Amino acid sequence: MKSLAELQAIRDRARAQVDLREKSDDNIRVLVGMATCGIAAGARPVMLAFVDEVAKRQLKNVTVTQTGCIGICQYEPVVEVVAPGKEKVTYVKMTPEKALRVVNDHLVNGNVVTEYTIGANS
Amino acid sequence: MRELSLNVMDIAQNSLSAGASLIGVEVEEDAALDQLVIRISDNGRGMDEETVRRVQDPFYTTRTTRKVGLGVPLFKMEAEMTGGGLEVKSRPGEGTVVTARFVPSHVDMIPLGDICATMLLLITGNPDRDFLFRWQRNSRGFTLDTRELRGVLGGDVPLDSPDVAEWIGGYLKEQEEALKEES
Ligand SMILES: Nc1ncnc2c1ncn2[C@@H]1O[C@H](COP(=O)(O)OP(=O)(O)O)[C@@H](O)[C@H]1O
Ligand SMILES: [Mg+2]
Repeated sequence: MKSLAELQAIRDRARAQVDLREKSDDNIRVLVGMATCGIAAGARPVMLAFVDEVAKRQLKNVTVTQTGCIGICQYEPVVEVVAPGKEKVTYVKMTPEKALRVVNDHLVNGNVVTEYTIGANS
Repeated sequence: MRELSLNVMDIAQNSLSAGASLIGVEVEEDAALDQLVIRISDNGRGMDEETVRRVQDPFYTTRTTRKVGLGVPLFKMEAEMTGGGLEVKSRPGEGTVVTARFVPSHVDMIPLGDICATMLLLITGNPDRDFLFRWQRNSRGFTLDTRELRGVLGGDVPLDSPDVAEWIGGYLKEQEEALKEES
């Protein structure tokens, strides 16, 4: 069973690296649209795929969070990627499979997956 | 919605939007009573009586991007379809409690679904807020309180760091399995 002692060990390991994250100015934010329309369209499995993959790959410079209705319900699930000094990228009609590709290509390697963006889908 | 846990995700977004610092999610399953109760409570800005009445009406929202609010009316309809119901209690400046009661044996019952995924994403997606999750199934239950986790982690290791997220996901999965073993 997962114990609080295990969590303590995680804390001690993280403390050795935590200032890395605070100091990094390359923090990338992944915002998953979680309004009623987004959730109904499948935003939760998409966000779960991002969270799981980011944890698995130990991407400490990436935060995955949710945001409200972006106002483009017909394109849900919608995901925005915000990186410092770069233009915001809006991905539409996302799936967990597409999320994995965005993590690999965009978040890790810095290449926008153009075919999933709103520009390529409108 | 395909799962009631997706409604929980949605109703909890209202609590987040209302500026709540503590959000409670309680799931109580009672086979003998043929009853499932889901309660989402928050200490956010709350609503006055008029708003509480209108929030249960599908044509009401205070948001400006869309003219209708669907979250609460949808959850209410899903509860009523099974012979249950939904109640909203709120006080301005104090917070809100949304309680939905379902009759699981009813043909129109929607499954609870992956409530642990909902909790994991609420917690890791909002590391600055606290969540108190309680899941009771008949005689067994468990609690996850992010204030307790924060106490262990200290102020400097956030709840959304990759290893902590994995711990929370693993903990919820283990507890869920233990709950299901008995029944
Ligand atoms: N927990 C809450 N605290 C404060 N206000 C709330 C809460 N839940 C709902 N509301 C109010 O009721 C409105 C309607 O909610 P909802 O039906 O979920 O639609 P939406 O979130 O799309 O606006 C919200 O916009 C908000 O003003
Ligand atoms: Mg809502």
